[in-house]
Amino acid sequence: MILKNKDVLGLEEISAEEILGVLEMASRFRAVFDRPVRSVPIMRGRTVVNFFHEPSTRTRISFELAEKRLSADIINFSSATSSFTKGETLRDTAENLAAMKIDMLIIRHNSAGAAQYLAKVLECSVINAGDGAHEHPTQGLLDIMTMRQRLGDLRGKKVTIIGDISHSRVARSNIWGLHKLGAEVTLCGPPTMVPGGLARLGVNIEYDLKKAVADADVLNVLRIQLERHSSASFPSNREYHRMYGITEDVVRTLKPEAFVMHPGPMNRDVEISSTVADGPRQVILDQVANGVAVRMALIYLLSGGDPGALSPAQE
Amino acid sequence: MKFAEKAVIMNASEMNRAIKRMAHEIIEANKGIDNLVLLGVQRRGVPLARMLGEAIKAVEGSEVPQGALDITFYRDDLSTLGPTPQVASTEMPFDVTGKIIILVDDVLYTGRTVRAALDVIMDWGRPEAIRLSVLVDRGHRELPIRPDFVGKNVPTSQREIIKVKVLEFDDKAEVVVGEVAAE
Amino acid sequence: MEWSWQRIPSEFLVTGVKLCRRGKLGKRKGFLHVRKGRIEGLGVGIPKVEGVPALDGEGLICAPGFVDLHAHFREPGHEEKETIASGCKAAAKGGYTSVVTMPNTDPAIDNSGMIRYLIDRGREAGLCRIHPTGSVSPGLKGQGMTEFGDMVNAGAVGFTDDGMPVENGGLMSNALKYADVLGVPIITHAEDKSIVGKGCMHGGYWSARLGLVGMARAGEDVAVFRDVELARSSGAHLHVAHVSTKGAVEIIRRAKAEGLRITAEATPHHISLDHSRCRDYSPLFKMNPPLREADDVNAVAEGLADGTIDCLATDHAPHTDTEKEYQFDQAPFGVTGLETALGVGITYLVNTGIMDMGKLIQCMSETPARIFNLPAGRLEEGAEADFVLFDPERQWVVAKDDFQSLSHNSSFLGETLTGRVTATFLGGRLTWRDQD
Repeated sequence: MILKNKDVLGLEEISAEEILGVLEMASRFRAVFDRPVRSVPIMRGRTVVNFFHEPSTRTRISFELAEKRLSADIINFSSATSSFTKGETLRDTAENLAAMKIDMLIIRHNSAGAAQYLAKVLECSVINAGDGAHEHPTQGLLDIMTMRQRLGDLRGKKVTIIGDISHSRVARSNIWGLHKLGAEVTLCGPPTMVPGGLARLGVNIEYDLKKAVADADVLNVLRIQLERHSSASFPSNREYHRMYGITEDVVRTLKPEAFVMHPGPMNRDVEISSTVADGPRQVILDQVANGVAVRMALIYLLSGGDPGALSPAQE
Repeated sequence: MKFAEKAVIMNASEMNRAIKRMAHEIIEANKGIDNLVLLGVQRRGVPLARMLGEAIKAVEGSEVPQGALDITFYRDDLSTLGPTPQVASTEMPFDVTGKIIILVDDVLYTGRTVRAALDVIMDWGRPEAIRLSVLVDRGHRELPIRPDFVGKNVPTSQREIIKVKVLEFDDKAEVVVGEVAAE
Repeated sequence: MEWSWQRIPSEFLVTGVKLCRRGKLGKRKGFLHVRKGRIEGLGVGIPKVEGVPALDGEGLICAPGFVDLHAHFREPGHEEKETIASGCKAAAKGGYTSVVTMPNTDPAIDNSGMIRYLIDRGREAGLCRIHPTGSVSPGLKGQGMTEFGDMVNAGAVGFTDDGMPVENGGLMSNALKYADVLGVPIITHAEDKSIVGKGCMHGGYWSARLGLVGMARAGEDVAVFRDVELARSSGAHLHVAHVSTKGAVEIIRRAKAEGLRITAEATPHHISLDHSRCRDYSPLFKMNPPLREADDVNAVAEGLADGTIDCLATDHAPHTDTEKEYQFDQAPFGVTGLETALGVGITYLVNTGIMDMGKLIQCMSETPARIFNLPAGRLEEGAEADFVLFDPERQWVVAKDDFQSLSHNSSFLGETLTGRVTATFLGGRLTWRDQD
């Protein structure tokens, strides 16, 4: 099996070999996008539930598209409950889902650890579509896929992640995945947003943007989550843009082949200037396309299930 | 799973003869090679299609366009997929609409692979016709599928396995019959 | 004459036990003689009385009934988590005979009527002595002071807004001065909320890795420092609840060296577990203060061993299974402790060589009773016969179906502990007997 576990909860628990296997499968799925019919029938009759307990447009659409292109039956289920009204417990939700006999659950939740919890209590496969500030493995995989398309083998390559690392599940998944593939990761942002505790994971921490990007091969620019910063961890958008925004001036100092990524949605002219966001050095739309392929690959591989014998009929 | 070889059914020269004969039959049935394309089913159908293409060229003097078909995403047995699905790809260097497609596979058994291959082709366009060419027909069909061109009919029991070996993957060209050996 | 568990006579002997008194565990076997609810006599060897039924306590240690300075019994308001009666049962099972309850119930314990109510409910249950604390501010709202004098007359043994810090330093200063005249301490839940924010676990490597909001050590250190300085200026008795950081231990150590009237407690979980336990997002490891780092755990345990921290207190905080099944960041803070405290103490402090058995038992009985002026914690002639018999070598697995508490939210579920209470006596009456 390419994937050892029944679930994909984070890149922390996935090996380099598994990551590469998934990406190889993803590139096969990308080929399907260029055909007149962009879906394949392999998941016919399988039910996938997209459970989004937190608003999300991009990730949800990307998963939905991936599922449709695999011909799965889809149920979307989003609860608009805020994190402060508790409502139904996750266990109740899980038991309901289990009773409905679904084949796979895609979960986005505002609490870190929610995907782990569901994976433990449910028999079906669970894919984490982002849990609190913990992990967002499909984003991590699509980022890595995009990097590999440009750079090939990532061993020794330098990736700088810039922004609100504290609240970023994207950053954590990138760190785990990139590390496993041998890349060197530098975190950069205001000290209020870059937890020093992460240094123990073997990343470099650099608060000076100029130094952090000087010999980087990739800049992965995170979204500044304005809504999360009621207790002043940076003075203003204007100051953030001046100190940590990726502008034309910053891009000019990069190595010639270095490029800029952003998981979206962007705050233009806060963490990234419009000219960079629309310019020749970004690969943002590649990330979007790779996202669908990576999600197809994960759903497909997790559905493969039983590592039994190849049936002679198919030999 | 261990494979115990019992007998060689076709050696390299017998394979070549069968392919040459099939090439002639294809040209004959199609009254030439106009509009004809060869599509090999991944993996061993692909080298067989190449060999057929060479045999046709030897007779007609010109190339027949060739492609490769990966049916993995079209299988009907997702839950019994092997440990590591073979990573192969579909190569369709032509528009299939209006073409006469010769689908090439190594062994015809239940017919499920061919069913999946037909679905893949339909997702690429609307060919004028699809014909099926297999090196070995071993019987035991589970679907109403019949080959148009056959290298050799080999009656088998369900327990037996037919292996077609080609130079590209096996360092050797031959067809053998064997059984799953107890470990 | 034979002794029967079913009918405890009003006069009886326990023989063959090792007595644990004044911080020392007896080397030779001895006996305890109980008569009409009081200790008639005790000593080494065989008693010289005749015709008194005797229980052979071979292999057991006989210690003063344990005294907990920090328990949440949830009544009134959250009887689904715990009641006075169920809390007393849990206490008896853990070997406790006196329990100080916290006032953050619903409504809060902020007047003398509520104090009397708790004491009465405790007497009805009849399984341990309830010593309530009252809140510092009415409704624990952090504004104004409750009627300390009236509550002390009714039986309050201290004041605290536990669960919440007293954020207003001026209020804390006044409370210390005012309580001091009444001869009772202020118990501080030391936490600076503006530093801790929405944290749900210790702020450090694990919170960063798990993507959970961390509570910095400084949030506790700063608050302990403020309250120690306020106690210095008033000369009053400050009791620091649930110390969890090495910084707080150091501040208290210095304050004590300077002769300030500071006492402190530590919980069983803070001397045994560190923040890596949160790695699976189990809310059974979510409490406030949170599990800290290994050097904090060591500092707190050493503080307890060297007397900087006076006693072990459980911070018994029951919550229902449902509440502890919320996601980590949304689940309530707190874990139970009464029924596991002895086992945790022996397993993590005595068997690791950090402190000897005599000292541990003193930290769980004599010392907490002394610092809160409670009539308990001593095995001596004439004292109430509040005592516990326990097997220091008995190994047991903490299991969900083995709790007397209404709640099962223990950090030690599934763990093997050494040391278990065999029987607990309150005023000569049996309040708990282990059934196996």
